[in-house]
Amino acid sequence: MADAIEKVSIIISKGSFEGIYPGLIMANGARMEGIEANVFFTFFGMDAINVKHYEHLMVATVGNPGLHIPTMIGGLPGMSAIVTHQMEKKMAELDIPPVPEFITLLADSGAKLYACKASVEMFGLAREDFIDELEGIITVGDFYQLAAGGQIIFT
Amino acid sequence: MSTAVIADHTIEVDAEGFLQKPEQWTEDLGVEIAREMGIDPLTDQHWQVIRFMRDRYLQTGQAPSIRTLGKESGVTTKELYRLFPKGPAKLAARIGGIPKPHGCI
Repeated sequence: MADAIEKVSIIISKGSFEGIYPGLIMANGARMEGIEANVFFTFFGMDAINVKHYEHLMVATVGNPGLHIPTMIGGLPGMSAIVTHQMEKKMAELDIPPVPEFITLLADSGAKLYACKASVEMFGLAREDFIDELEGIITVGDFYQLAAGGQIIFT
Repeated sequence: MSTAVIADHTIEVDAEGFLQKPEQWTEDLGVEIAREMGIDPLTDQHWQVIRFMRDRYLQTGQAPSIRTLGKESGVTTKELYRLFPKGPAKLAARIGGIPKPHGCI
């Protein structure tokens, strides 16, 4: 058997509902297996740890062919809210937590959460815009150091 | 599936050592499996989690998620990982003699 994975460092770069959840699920799944996990939030992915936004993440209904909704329909007012609501309902049935609770679950499980310094500066944000559980605002170089010896997953 | 002999019990286990027949489990067996996993001794808090996992599985046919474990077992998520660093749900299931949890959460 191949060597077991002992550490993963997951990058979350997209800010939509479907852009954020997979990385959170991967990180939580890692911790459940006893695998060390770092999560690095960059660009719009920072919405997942931004206290102003993390309760209001939306599914992208335009430019998302996987949804199988015609673009013109996806662009109608309220479409994104409806699809997001449906997806939230389905996830609740599967015991997948809403993002704020998921972030707390991850932090409590020992996953380390970081924001990307370049993105924080670019968006004009500061430490107080983020969740208390945030481990730090770090550079790409810091991230690679933290990730050393493990696997890096970009989402 | 194969059989293993632990603490004088012959049990049916999967490739990772999870019991396939929860009725073959005893507390002594749990203690022995925990020792093999490097958890020794099992404290009352460990037992609280193990019993919760096992009871919930026997009631519903499904092992609880880590979210449910943290919310309903009476042990917080932080404590769960302190007690079972290599994965609370997985280890508690193995020690409690139920099959490996299949959920992704």
